[in-house]
Amino acid sequence: MYRETNRHFKFDWITIIIFLLLVGFGWLNILSASHVGETVDYFNFTQPYGKQLIFIFLTIALIILILSIESKFYERFSSVIFIISMLSMVGLFAFGKSVNGATAWYGIGGMTIQPSEFAKAATALAVSKYLSDLHTDLRHFKDQIKAFIIITIPALLILLQNDTGSAVVYASFFFVFYREGLPKIYLTIGLLLILISVGSLKLGDITTGVIVTIIILVYHFTRRKKPAILKTVFAILACLILSFGVEFLYDNILQAHQKDRISLWLRLESDPGKIAELRRDILYNLYESEKAISSGGLTGKGFLQGTRTTGKFVPEQHTDYIFSTVGEEWGFAGTSFVVILFVLLLLRILHLAELQKSQFSRVFGYSVASILFFHFMINIGMVMGLIPTIGIPLPFFSYGGSGLWGFTILLFIFIKLDSNRINEW
Amino acid sequence: MRQLLLFITIILVGITFIARLFYLQVYNSEEHSLYDDNAIRKVYDYPKRGFVYDRNGKLLVSNQPSYDVMVIPREVKPLDTLEFCSLLKIDIEQFKKIYKRAYHYSPRLPSVFVPQLSKEDYAALQEKMRKYEGFYIQKRSLRDYQTSIGANVLGYIAEATPYQIENDPYYNMGDLIGKQGIELSYEEELRGVKGIKFIQKDRFNKNIGPYKDGVFDTLPKQGRDITISIDAGLQKYGERLMQMKHGGIVAIEPSSGEILALISAPTYDPNLLVGRQRSRNFTKLYNDTINRPLVDRGLLRMHEPGSPFKVFVSLVALQENAITPQTSIYCTGAYHYGGRKPMGCHCGGGNRDLVLGIAKSCNSYFADAFRKSINMYPDASNSMDIWSNHIKSFGFGDFLGYDLAIGKKGNIPNGAYYDKWYPDFRWGATTILSNSIGQGEVLVTPIQLANATAAIANKGFYYTPHIIKQIDGEPIDEKYTTKHQTTIDQKHFDPIIQGLHDVYNNGTAWFLKVPDIEICGKTGTSENFTIIDGKRTQLTDHSIFIAFAPKDDPQIALAVFVENGYYGARWAGRIASLMIEKYLKGEVTLKQMEKMVLEKSLEEEYLKPYSGKPFTINR
Repeated sequence: MYRETNRHFKFDWITIIIFLLLVGFGWLNILSASHVGETVDYFNFTQPYGKQLIFIFLTIALIILILSIESKFYERFSSVIFIISMLSMVGLFAFGKSVNGATAWYGIGGMTIQPSEFAKAATALAVSKYLSDLHTDLRHFKDQIKAFIIITIPALLILLQNDTGSAVVYASFFFVFYREGLPKIYLTIGLLLILISVGSLKLGDITTGVIVTIIILVYHFTRRKKPAILKTVFAILACLILSFGVEFLYDNILQAHQKDRISLWLRLESDPGKIAELRRDILYNLYESEKAISSGGLTGKGFLQGTRTTGKFVPEQHTDYIFSTVGEEWGFAGTSFVVILFVLLLLRILHLAELQKSQFSRVFGYSVASILFFHFMINIGMVMGLIPTIGIPLPFFSYGGSGLWGFTILLFIFIKLDSNRINEW
Repeated sequence: MRQLLLFITIILVGITFIARLFYLQVYNSEEHSLYDDNAIRKVYDYPKRGFVYDRNGKLLVSNQPSYDVMVIPREVKPLDTLEFCSLLKIDIEQFKKIYKRAYHYSPRLPSVFVPQLSKEDYAALQEKMRKYEGFYIQKRSLRDYQTSIGANVLGYIAEATPYQIENDPYYNMGDLIGKQGIELSYEEELRGVKGIKFIQKDRFNKNIGPYKDGVFDTLPKQGRDITISIDAGLQKYGERLMQMKHGGIVAIEPSSGEILALISAPTYDPNLLVGRQRSRNFTKLYNDTINRPLVDRGLLRMHEPGSPFKVFVSLVALQENAITPQTSIYCTGAYHYGGRKPMGCHCGGGNRDLVLGIAKSCNSYFADAFRKSINMYPDASNSMDIWSNHIKSFGFGDFLGYDLAIGKKGNIPNGAYYDKWYPDFRWGATTILSNSIGQGEVLVTPIQLANATAAIANKGFYYTPHIIKQIDGEPIDEKYTTKHQTTIDQKHFDPIIQGLHDVYNNGTAWFLKVPDIEICGKTGTSENFTIIDGKRTQLTDHSIFIAFAPKDDPQIALAVFVENGYYGARWAGRIASLMIEKYLKGEVTLKQMEKMVLEKSLEEEYLKPYSGKPFTINR
């Protein structure tokens, strides 16, 4: 076959081209968001855009390395890689460096490395390894617990570094588990939890309790095979307790800034003065980024022409808020292009994952798609004010070496695994 | 089925994002404008405001630099308030109050902190300004009056109100705008166009440099100089004559409609409304409800015109063929009609034709002429409409359309006016006879009367009165060079002018002659009522006079109102003679008359109604 004769064409070039487009377009926007003054010195390596250029060149070396390693290596050494990765995060408590209150970096020379960015790939490998084991069956509660522990270890370690955003990403493995046989009841419980917590805060606990009870009762009586009445009663009781408990949890567990973010997102505050204050003081970033995006219009102000970008109105614009630069300078044309690129990339990865003959490769592909999707959804959703502020980068786009390499490793291990699927069995 | 969950979720999220982006960027997006972009600081460069010259090229209004202390509350750092306040000459309480107000307006945008520093204060402050972060000095241009006259004509400039700022995007907080007089009427010509510099700032509100190297910046366009039709010498003289009196003088050049003098008394020095004392002075002027110096009496005060109106009544009667110049009556000292109380007459009695009637101001003659012209048609209401239209063709009863922003319509009644007044009564000429001698329901402003006098001087036409003469040498608006024809034929004016001339020969103003100048004029005395403690009380009559001169080549037409001045020739007539001599000869030979007018005060008269004691009138 064609693909067998020429080893270069074994790689999925569609994915690679989308990857290159994202990295390239991302760099242009980092340049815009971080350059100073009228003239642009492309090789000024003290500025973020110059550093990012170095990161991108190093990424190419990294890709060659990943692709030249034998596929079997990743599966065989996944446990080792996972353990090394977890240890690297534990090491942060002794040798880590704090930036903005999060102890998530190692300082090596002039550079900083963020191990949590690499932990995603390591966890994906570990999950794939565990789920592809012939003895693992996610319908069994014991195996569910084990799988859950694999993703909880990195999530907890990251929470301890005070980096809530990156920890949330591990919830994306739910999609992987579900695909691999996690019972439907978890999906139901998950949806109910979201419904109850958002509902109690927004509509009040009694209304939510009544709504949820009605849903469960309708479910109970419309089923052809009636579930045990005791189970239904228990479910209703649990939901009621939860809906009355949400407010207590909201008031006592969450930190003030998290409460403010949620309060603004769900529009819980009715006092206009307080809302304006929230917007100005707490969500200054969001306010400015939304303004920057909407000022772009249909076609944007043009590359390097964004006044809000040039004026550095959006803090962290070259990292978490890079999408607002796209919005201001490239307009709706640019933003929808980026969204479509991401959607195509994710669907392509999913499609390839389903084609895999080895379960390890399939689970890994699913993990890659789920992790990238979570980043994409949370980052762009946040920049546009659709979901509460959670600080995580936009894959391939945001400034930062660790992030870029972490995502590159994820994607290219999968491309390598995929290129090898002909040789499986 | 399990494969589909993530697949569908991805597509749904993608669609949601694109829909949201479409809403934010296309549906809800506003056209990007540098002016609205708060990432760009706009720095204005204010142009020189146009100078104002009088008709002889004398500079009346120029500019002086002024320095406003501005504040951007968000950028203010803790400061030595005590020292700062003493430099600005305010106290701590004021400081707090102004700061609070500025913060309330906007923490991000500049507001005026202390306006219009003097040069000395500015010099003292400038060296120390660096110490006060968040404060800076904005240079503006203020008016510098080279004269103390004509405040009502020249007007003044002041900060634009929030309403004006909202309705005209040209103006920003703290910008100066014309509020009265020519400053208001010719605001756009005088102000020029301010220049703007766009400066890119960062989120700390610091300047990082010119936006796009300044390609969008504009230079200020200087305001245009204007020449007004006022004769500064005449205006000044008129204001002197009117001192210690209340009233107005309007003088017009009949051949062009140019306003030569527009005097309102009492007036004020325009310099009072410049500088830091501006608002204090303004309040003082505004609150002076006895003298009302801010009211332009030449334009705003409506009076019953009194006897000068007889001239227009006879012109209508001639035009309608109700009388001829030869029509005569015998005056017995009173005019009897319909069994009512007769209308008194002070003309001395005897045979009166039109010319003599005017000269002697015989009430009976004009009551008869008015009655005849109303009785020309069977329906009084119809007659009154015809009469009213003739009178209105002189510019009475409506805004004249001159180029100053204030005015009053006056009142010229028509048929419908009395139909409404007397719904169940067949009214006729005798019901409304007072109008024939300029009392009753007729109301006019001094400028309307001066304009109508100019129309007589021109024998039947006038130009809309105007104050503008030239804008940077360009011709003025066509509106002011278009002839307005009255409805009276030219031939009817000859006997009238003869009568007006005889006023000075053997009539009511025989003692007001000016050597070597043939004047035509008409005295007027109008009754004056006010309400004291809810009771209608008569006060001393208003003294009124209209005149134009010279008779055969009229160069000036004027109307003079002196409130509570008693009979027409007493004050208004004297002032008219002096003004005419001053304008035509450039100097005044009637020294005796001048001395009397300058020295006599009527202030005692004006205080009578407020004294709370009984008083006598017409002494």
